[in-house]
Amino acid sequence: MRTGTESKKLKSIIGEFGIIIALLLEIILFSSLSPFFFTTDNLLNVTLQTSITAIIAAGMTFVILTAGIDLSVGAMVAFSGVIATSLLKLNLPFSLSFPLAILAGVAVGALSGAFAGLFVTRFNITPFIVTLALMTIWRGSAYIYTDGRPIWGLPEAFGILGSGRLFGIPVPTIVMVIVYVIAYVLLTRTKFGRYVYAVGGNKEAARLAGINTNKVILLVYVISGSLAAISGVILASRMNSGQPNAGLMYEMDVIAAVVVGGTSLFGGRGSIIGTFLGAMLIGILRNGLNLLNVGSYVQMVVLGIVILLAVLLDQMRIK
Amino acid sequence: MQPILEMRGITKQYPGVLALSNVDFTLNAGEVHCLLGENGAGKSTLMKILSGATPKNSGSIFINGKEVFFHSPADSQKHAIGIIYQEFKLVPELSVAENILLGSEPTLGNTPFVDYPAMHKIARSALQQLGENIPTDVAVNSLSVAQRQIVEIAKAISKKVKILAMDEPSAALTENELRNLFTVIRKLKSEGVGIIYISHRLEEIFEIGDRLTVLRDGKHIHSCSVKEADRKRLVGWMVGRELDQEFPRVELQRGPEILRLENVRGGILSNISFNVHKGEIFGFAGLVGAGRSEIARIIFGADKKEEGKIFFEGREINPRSPRDAINLGIGLLTEDRNRYGLIMQMNVRENISLSNLRDVANGIFINRKIEDKIARKYSDSLRIKTPSMEQMVENLSGGNRQKVVLARWLFTKSKLLIFDEPTLGIDVGVKYEIYEIINNLAKEGIGVIVISSDLPELIGICDRIAVMWEGKLTGILKREEVTQEKVMTLATGGTIDAYRN
Repeated sequence: MRTGTESKKLKSIIGEFGIIIALLLEIILFSSLSPFFFTTDNLLNVTLQTSITAIIAAGMTFVILTAGIDLSVGAMVAFSGVIATSLLKLNLPFSLSFPLAILAGVAVGALSGAFAGLFVTRFNITPFIVTLALMTIWRGSAYIYTDGRPIWGLPEAFGILGSGRLFGIPVPTIVMVIVYVIAYVLLTRTKFGRYVYAVGGNKEAARLAGINTNKVILLVYVISGSLAAISGVILASRMNSGQPNAGLMYEMDVIAAVVVGGTSLFGGRGSIIGTFLGAMLIGILRNGLNLLNVGSYVQMVVLGIVILLAVLLDQMRIK
Repeated sequence: MQPILEMRGITKQYPGVLALSNVDFTLNAGEVHCLLGENGAGKSTLMKILSGATPKNSGSIFINGKEVFFHSPADSQKHAIGIIYQEFKLVPELSVAENILLGSEPTLGNTPFVDYPAMHKIARSALQQLGENIPTDVAVNSLSVAQRQIVEIAKAISKKVKILAMDEPSAALTENELRNLFTVIRKLKSEGVGIIYISHRLEEIFEIGDRLTVLRDGKHIHSCSVKEADRKRLVGWMVGRELDQEFPRVELQRGPEILRLENVRGGILSNISFNVHKGEIFGFAGLVGAGRSEIARIIFGADKKEEGKIFFEGREINPRSPRDAINLGIGLLTEDRNRYGLIMQMNVRENISLSNLRDVANGIFINRKIEDKIARKYSDSLRIKTPSMEQMVENLSGGNRQKVVLARWLFTKSKLLIFDEPTLGIDVGVKYEIYEIINNLAKEGIGVIVISSDLPELIGICDRIAVMWEGKLTGILKREEVTQEKVMTLATGGTIDAYRN
């Protein structure tokens, strides 16, 4: 009996801090296998490499918390990237075209999110289908808009968004931290955050409690679309080009980060900190395997196994 | 006569809780043995042990005098034990026949192919034994709740059960359907099946039961023949103290009119007109599906009315969403609080503040401290039994869940509260508390509407009772003139000229 309750306790501890434990194990493992892993440079590098998907994953967390899904984020990365870079090619002074490019890129994402939210709430179409359609629409649009060719020859100064550093810290990392702080405050401290959990937990009960559920759902897609677009602009800046095939399959990495972070696909349960840790877990895994010269094909298999293990840990917590 | 089932000294220990302590229970062939007790008394645990789903810690089970050991539900089924749970275990998309024979499908000889004609024949004969004519080829999700229950019973019969346990079978049934169920139970009884009947509704016990056993806090309290028991003593055994009366009664001071409906039409409703005063408890009686909840939903802005007028505090209103109604001061405690009232993934504090976050927030930011204080205040005044405000509501009992929903509406400062089936599935002791709370609300000048299928409850607490039948309001009875017979006449489409609305 005693050992029974103790093993249960152990189980719940592993479950509660599972992702942190997994993250620590991962760090210890890679530190011991590669002398290059646990260095300031490399760790900053990890946050830089992870920032793009991590920023999108923050938005995806809002969507999944309402029991929705947004498959259009990867395509949005490409579309907002080509829209932003194309504006930089206009004959405008950089001080004007730079903010214009960022604003236009983000606006496209917000509009796409509003569109998705409208279809989900007004026409009652499942988020999976709506965003699947948007995914191919935006990917196709990116190819049409660029004629299938990358947009090159951008002003060098544009590169600061993706490759610049502030006090030695990569700009995308800083953006990511800001996004996560805001997302954390929104989800845990505001009425809107509470409504997101309520709508995901029980939509009809939330409506009968007086919550404007349609507004909440619309907003989470706007957040997701906007953050995907921000990532798209940052990625374009890092590559110093607008690539219509950028962000391919990003939606999978992003959803994996959210789920590994413990957010339930059924809605109502999960946290933004979990998503951050989930994104880092995957990012460190990628980085560590690269340092160890593990081929990308093997990496895919390892990543899949890690996702399964992480979700298994989470199951223990729920039980 | 040897009992077909004997459970002796059953003890079940869960971590931290002694769910059953040395409980005895016997069942004879051809009797209906009622199992009574408040939620958490141990009825469900005892049934789970009988079903083989949960192992016991000590005690023995004998079937026809022979000791048996259950390691899984399959073992229990082998001994011809059938259990019908409150939440049916049917596959909604499969047909009636497929459900009845699920797991024991007849096959074409020794092939793996299902013999559908044989399957339908067996299913039909099981249904016919129950005197039912449900088609066997329709999907279960197209059936009414009562019909699904019949399918569950047919499923048990097709397995030739000798012991049949039914957990709250009447919870979702109308009066007519209940009659039908009782006919079926009597038939099974006459065929020698022993039936364990669990219900919160005492009238049913007196009508269908032969013997009864009361559990309280996991202990066996009393067993006797139903004839030896009366309502008052039964309630006393269940709650462990004597309740002077089932319904607290206070004289209420009726205030000015707060709500008036004039010729409202919408959905199945036609020509609904009535008014409710401040400080009045206004009841709605009628069969399930008569349109009572629909009226509540229209007043609350959850459904749209097609015609007619609604006046609230003298002004015409047109709530187009629950938010509109809440802002006016209307609250609705829905019928199925688990599905439409509470957010199960949230804790007590979050569920209480949900409809009125404005009052615990500065701008968009929630003030946790104020929120916690508010939750505590209502939790104390309603005596919600919870270890803390951070407890998930899914871990609370039915009565306490109802109180959490109530706390939410009190915090929105509702002037009109609509209770849809306020005590469904709630313990006798907590029921009394809910009635007291309703009385106090009316005393404070709140208009209260109570929709209930529990007629004694309506008669016990309401000042006036409106009766519905097929979307129409067939009459409004005053407290002095109301009788069960009059209500039932109106609820089944009959008329009582003098009381016609």
